[in-house]
Amino acid sequence: MELTGAPTKAGTAKRVAWAVAKTLLRAVSLVLAATLVAFVLVSLSPVDPVQQYVLGADAVSAEQREAIADYWGLDDPPVQRYLNWLGALLRGDMGTSLLYRQPVAAVIAQRFMNTLALMLTAWVFSGLIGFALGCLMGMWQGSWADGILRRLCLALSSVPTFWLGMVFLLVFAVGLGWFPVGFSGPIGMADGDVTLWQRLHHLALPALTLCFVSFAGVALHTRQKLVDVLQTDYVLFARARGAGRWHILKRHGLRNIALPAVTLQFAAFAELFGGSILAENVFSYPGLGSAVAAAGLNSDVPLLLGITLVSTLFVFTGNLVANILTRVVDPRTRVNGA
Amino acid sequence: MDRPLAFDPPLPRQNRRLRTAVGCGILLAIVAAIFVAGLFIGNAAVAADFAQKGLPPSWQHPFGTDWLGRDMLLRTVKGLSVSITVGAVAALASAVIAIVMAALAAAGPRWLGGAVNWLIDLAMGVPHLVLLILIAFACGRGMGGLLLGIAVTHWMNLARLLRAEMLQLRGQPYVMVSRRLGHSPAWVVRRHFLPHLLPQCLVGLVLLFPHAILHESALSFLGYGLPPEQPAIGIILSESLRYLTGGMWWLAVFPGLALVALVILFDTLGNGLKKLLAPASAQE
Repeated sequence: MELTGAPTKAGTAKRVAWAVAKTLLRAVSLVLAATLVAFVLVSLSPVDPVQQYVLGADAVSAEQREAIADYWGLDDPPVQRYLNWLGALLRGDMGTSLLYRQPVAAVIAQRFMNTLALMLTAWVFSGLIGFALGCLMGMWQGSWADGILRRLCLALSSVPTFWLGMVFLLVFAVGLGWFPVGFSGPIGMADGDVTLWQRLHHLALPALTLCFVSFAGVALHTRQKLVDVLQTDYVLFARARGAGRWHILKRHGLRNIALPAVTLQFAAFAELFGGSILAENVFSYPGLGSAVAAAGLNSDVPLLLGITLVSTLFVFTGNLVANILTRVVDPRTRVNGA
Repeated sequence: MDRPLAFDPPLPRQNRRLRTAVGCGILLAIVAAIFVAGLFIGNAAVAADFAQKGLPPSWQHPFGTDWLGRDMLLRTVKGLSVSITVGAVAALASAVIAIVMAALAAAGPRWLGGAVNWLIDLAMGVPHLVLLILIAFACGRGMGGLLLGIAVTHWMNLARLLRAEMLQLRGQPYVMVSRRLGHSPAWVVRRHFLPHLLPQCLVGLVLLFPHAILHESALSFLGYGLPPEQPAIGIILSESLRYLTGGMWWLAVFPGLALVALVILFDTLGNGLKKLLAPASAQE
């Protein structure tokens, strides 16, 4: 490490700003490329969108089909279509969902809150539980409890999300009857009449599923980090001074492992969204995940593209936060070229 | 590693390397057995038999029977066999992509390294399952889309790992000498990098299996993967979802457990191979 005098405050700020700007620029290029890839992929599909729209009704004549194709610009070259779509997107128009016969933006807005509630609950709880468990495992590494917990966590990270959801469904909804089988509110009740308690009651099982599949990874990662820290010379010295387990965790452990854990949690948005697709489908929970699966199965291209875009933005936000956190918050990366 | 030997625990009497090797052999044999068993179970063995429909697990049908009277154990083994096939093909393709990408990034010009980096970020930016759905949609569902999707979405981590290793190798004196002697980057990759990294590639390939299998089942579960007449685990589980509330718990529990066991098996196999092939941990 080469230190050329203490960096000035202004210099550091400038470097951080440049790093953030560069990260942002990269993120924008990546999101644009992601939309392009998604667009190319849905264009490749063998499904005829007009046929899908009219659902094979015989009453629709060839001229009418022609008119629909013309109205949608299906005969335009692909580049033209992509630019049209992108232009409409920038104006806030994401098209109309064929499946729900509503504007895509409205469908996504409705469902985004449900998914957000689900993911946020699972994200916070899996982070907290995983971190606490990882700390405990690391502090008592090598003990029988650590061995059992580690094996459990390893096994848990091999469990498919949807199967875990089905097991929870079997045990807690069908067997014990503590929780409802699915949906976000009682069946047959208008959306406005569902109370907050009922919503939470329906949220519990999908959130539990999502939390369970992600906390094992967090716990194993935290444990490994803590074990690494505990093997350093300064911890050895602290032990020699007579510092206790908890004291060492507080003074040396947490300071070293908290930031990577938070960063990792932000970088895990992609997996979180993937998990919520599966959990929502098991529990028929009306969120983005069940919508995207239905959109693909029913060839609802506008909705598929819309949700792809939203979920990609969501993941990029997570990655961006993770990047900025490591670069800006960590004092070790701050001095020498952010 | 620089700790004095006296602090290491006393060595067990059995050679641990031998034990790991035998363990890996047994696991490999189990995989082969499941695969072959799946091939031999014909459609007649899992034909509908309404006299036996909806039976809970018993000695005759350890996994029970479904609503058509088909034996769930046979269906599960057949499904696992399909999973192994899909996992093998997709993981192999993914590993090849990863090696090519890593070689391009490490041996190619600087801008190419940046491009590969960008591509990795792009592939990891779209949620994995959404990307799989898009690819399956583009291919009109079915086996082809499933294989293609899993193959092109699993190479990123291995590519990163291999690229880092290759960059390290690039700084080694013998590689630098080789380059100064006029060997092309492709030659260096083929003659220096690949032989050196073969163990990592092999381990990476085996460790790709669990992910490939899990995503195959997830995609099939959502209805994008294999057609319903294929007895894939994902199909079995998504069908059983309709019968869960009726109390037929065995339809979901046993096939799922079998899938988890297969995933853990491949994980253990990969980690065992890693220990055997990496010189640093050869005695663990």
